[in-house]
Amino acid sequence: MTEPAGTAVYLYGVSRGLDPAALPDTPGVGGAPVRAVTAGDLTALVSTVREADYGEEALRVNLEDLSFLEATARAHHDVVDQAARTAPTAPVRIATLYRDDDRVARLLTEQHDTFTRALDRITGRSEWGVKAYAYAEAMAAAPAGAGEDTTAPAGGSGAGAAYLRNRQAQRRQREDAGRRITAQAQAIHAELADHAVATRQHPPQDPKLSGHDGTQILNVAYLLDDDQVEGFLAAVKDVDARLPGIGAEVTGPWPPYSFIDTGDTEAGERR
Amino acid sequence: MTVTLDTGHPRVPAERVALVDLLDRLLAGGVVITGDLVISIAEVDLVHISLRALITTVRDELMGDDLTGEEDR
Repeated sequence: MTEPAGTAVYLYGVSRGLDPAALPDTPGVGGAPVRAVTAGDLTALVSTVREADYGEEALRVNLEDLSFLEATARAHHDVVDQAARTAPTAPVRIATLYRDDDRVARLLTEQHDTFTRALDRITGRSEWGVKAYAYAEAMAAAPAGAGEDTTAPAGGSGAGAAYLRNRQAQRRQREDAGRRITAQAQAIHAELADHAVATRQHPPQDPKLSGHDGTQILNVAYLLDDDQVEGFLAAVKDVDARLPGIGAEVTGPWPPYSFIDTGDTEAGERR
Repeated sequence: MTVTLDTGHPRVPAERVALVDLLDRLLAGGVVITGDLVISIAEVDLVHISLRALITTVRDELMGDDLTGEEDR
């Protein structure tokens, strides 16, 4: 089908073995209905968008607009998420656009192996996110470290020397707390990774965006086999309850956004 | 979609957290293939401009309307 002038085709993701009756009924970006472009065992989820909204020049401007970005991100996610709940679905990067359905069909044929590899990796699996935070009590509750010499004889006397010693002690305490928190974050990650087939670290979120008052010490995506989910969730809950001053939040299941490895991403089997 | 464990710590509005989590994934994940349009909006550019949009908006909200005049847009 050739698109009318002034429109383009937005590609959300590619499913394998998707039942045509299970096509997402959630609206696509800009409110357009989602349809399928099929080639062999692969189904591309697409919808028609106006070039005035999603052409290159328009996108440059529109992606600066949070409400546009959010609307696009949520619509993209809703479509992929719905499809992923009924068939293995490889999400495609946001704002990937084609001239018409024929171009999408050709893509499915030409990139069949790439999509098949991506789909093989995520079939029967789902992505879960864990963010861990250290709160003030974890940062401050410094058990007197063995290496910390609190009785060190003064190198000098008087207010100036005391001030310097005090400054040094404070800096050491901050460094110790930082090291302890880092070690704790690594231990939490290692514990959770035992329940996962792959992991991928995301950069810590800006506190201004997350709105969280704790310090984010972990922001990791875990790829789980379906039968690992229960144990994984229990492990997160245990971490959250067990460690004083540490909070752990889990989100999911997500479509496997973070585990699409087409050669140019670093998502890898870590264990 | 989101399972929130009760940690006894203050929570943030769910909407914003979810969008941040979503953008973590949407901007850095998914199959990267060359489309017919928007070829020159590279991955890095996309992440950059999108985050700038987010941060600008959040900052505007935090600072109030009186300072938004200095945004160059």
